[in-house]
Amino acid sequence: MREMIGAQALVEALKRENVQVIFGIPGGAIMPVYDVLYDSGPRHILTRHEQCAGHMADGYARVSGKVGVCMATSGPGATNLVTAITNAYMDSSPIVAVTGQVPRPMVGKDAFQEADIVGITTPVTKYNYQLRKAVDIPRVVKEAFYLASTGRPGPVLIDLPKDVQTEVADMDFPEEVNVRGYKPTYEPHPLQVKRAAELLTQSERPMVLAGGGVRISDASQELLTLAELLLAPVATTLMGKGTIPENHPLYLGGVGMHGNPEANTLIIESDVLLAVGTRFSDRTTGRLDEFCPEAKIIHIDIDAAEIRKNAKADLPIVADAKRALKAIYDALIQKVSRRESSPWLERVKRLREHVASEAEVEKAALKPSNVIAEIRKALPEDGIVTTEVGQNQMWAYLHFKVFKPRTYITSGGLGTMGFGFPAALGAKVAKPDVPVVDIAGDGSFMMTEQDLATSVMEDIPVTVVILNNSMLGMVAQWQRLFYKRRYSQVQLGKVPDFVKLAEAYGAKGVHVNSVSAFAEAIGEAAKADVTTVIDVPISPEEDVFPIVPSGKALNEMMWE
Amino acid sequence: MTQSYIIAVIVEHRPGVLYRVSNMFRRRGFNIESITVGPTEASDLARMTITVNGDEALVEQVIKQLQKLIEVVKVSKLEPMETVVRELALIKVHTPDSKVRSDVVTYVDIFRGRVVDVSHESITAEVTGTTDKIDAFIELMRAFGVKEVARTGITALGRGLKSVRVEA
Repeated sequence: MREMIGAQALVEALKRENVQVIFGIPGGAIMPVYDVLYDSGPRHILTRHEQCAGHMADGYARVSGKVGVCMATSGPGATNLVTAITNAYMDSSPIVAVTGQVPRPMVGKDAFQEADIVGITTPVTKYNYQLRKAVDIPRVVKEAFYLASTGRPGPVLIDLPKDVQTEVADMDFPEEVNVRGYKPTYEPHPLQVKRAAELLTQSERPMVLAGGGVRISDASQELLTLAELLLAPVATTLMGKGTIPENHPLYLGGVGMHGNPEANTLIIESDVLLAVGTRFSDRTTGRLDEFCPEAKIIHIDIDAAEIRKNAKADLPIVADAKRALKAIYDALIQKVSRRESSPWLERVKRLREHVASEAEVEKAALKPSNVIAEIRKALPEDGIVTTEVGQNQMWAYLHFKVFKPRTYITSGGLGTMGFGFPAALGAKVAKPDVPVVDIAGDGSFMMTEQDLATSVMEDIPVTVVILNNSMLGMVAQWQRLFYKRRYSQVQLGKVPDFVKLAEAYGAKGVHVNSVSAFAEAIGEAAKADVTTVIDVPISPEEDVFPIVPSGKALNEMMWE
Repeated sequence: MTQSYIIAVIVEHRPGVLYRVSNMFRRRGFNIESITVGPTEASDLARMTITVNGDEALVEQVIKQLQKLIEVVKVSKLEPMETVVRELALIKVHTPDSKVRSDVVTYVDIFRGRVVDVSHESITAEVTGTTDKIDAFIELMRAFGVKEVARTGITALGRGLKSVRVEA
């Protein structure tokens, strides 16, 4: 037991959770905590917008596998976090958000900078707290980190009234957590494992669909081992991209609205689909009643509520992905003998050759695919790419080859424009020795560009590649394809001058007009000790193809 | 096929829990037909009885989404044949004269209800039972003139030794 004020207890509890860095912005209702941080505590990174603090914590968490921490004051500080919290919630990213709140006697009185942030964030957090007593802080922080990081991870918010931060109490820091209403199921049910093994043994056209849960559970090796034993091609969801090295012969590509043609075609033909850590989002499955019509679906997820929420599951396994995959492998290894090939793999090969022969590439043109290929060349295998949202994200999904888990960070569920840049900063903080590139569009980058200041002042050098079509490109593409080219409110114009913008912040700005100039620029940027913004003009008519239009089956792709 | 399902939910007895539960129903688009909340045999736990209308798949999702809430400790679907279901209603009936008053009292007796308040022009009756029984009583009272109705919504317990408890 130690006597201290609530703010000290918070910082002490964060240290006990091994928090290395906090992303945040102070304000009136969180000042006691910042006063403690003045003397001690983890590194604090001052951002220029709370949304960025949240996305940085999120990016940090996805790359490091640790809990990301962000902090803001009450009212607008807290509400500015909401987009970032929702983003983390949709993509199951473990963050803890600490917000200041008006003093207890003023709660509910519509005080200055009061917002009901617990009410606001209840549907977008795994759990949230408003503390009424300082003595609860050590336990609540412990619980918050436990809840955020275990089971299906997600954001947890702790709202601290200002007078709770200054209240003195005898603090007892617990080692253990016990939340009786929260007991994640990690071990797969043996009978379900046995059934899954039987289904897979009988399968002639097995296919693996790897989702974000594979990354969260660090199950890439288990997934690959099992896929190799079964000779099952592996497709990923957007969140699962990178869970299997994309130069592996069994890797097919991403599925979904902007999936690889091979993956979208073959998943429909599979007879057993082993879906791991995916929630079957509408962007992944296309039209649901035509998704894998012939397949028995084995659905592994740690969140029981994901089973049959969207897609059918013939065989659900509620468990940690890593343990479930290992258990299925152990059950199979006695039954299956390793093969070199199968008719199904021959089909995969033939389709792949066909698609490759159809693809026309003008290697010299300043096209997104060529730009993205140069980014890959400039980065080491463990180099990290984040994306914004829109065409840039889907080009990256289609063309950027990922070789290591946790090196491809994107806003999958919420689709938050402005995520990529702050996420890149968070990623760089987690892995300072690895180059980090944000594949951006001009529209997305303008949503959080003010944190160029953070990147320069806090010495967090990343590279932003702006695929600049002076458009809200994905909306423009849809207007082109589905709204008779009626371009409503998508032209952004040729402002700002991104080179000058970068320079205004003390970052480096480069404008390129050719693939070779880009190759040179990205090569330098990846090694630079200051953030570089590379402005790459692309055609405003450039579309992301193929596309599976809304409401169509995955194999009904449009090519032009 | 849609039907009504009764779900018993044991939750932490804390402020804000009802908000979390009702918020989840709203956000997922599940309709609550009725919800009742009260303390249980354990002082730190409360019990909610929730009635939802839907098909088997919907009720499966409702139960899983409830289980996912951190403060929800236990969830059980109560089978209609193995469950005692009760609702209480207070019904204020217009009784302008003694003839109507005695008719109303007769019906209250038939329904094993009780008269809990009387004035010159009204009677308030308390009736307990299944939802159907209360519906039937209110329907009968409409002939006299129903001035006001307050219903609790249903609460339910499994029959015999069947129980939804949290072991300490």
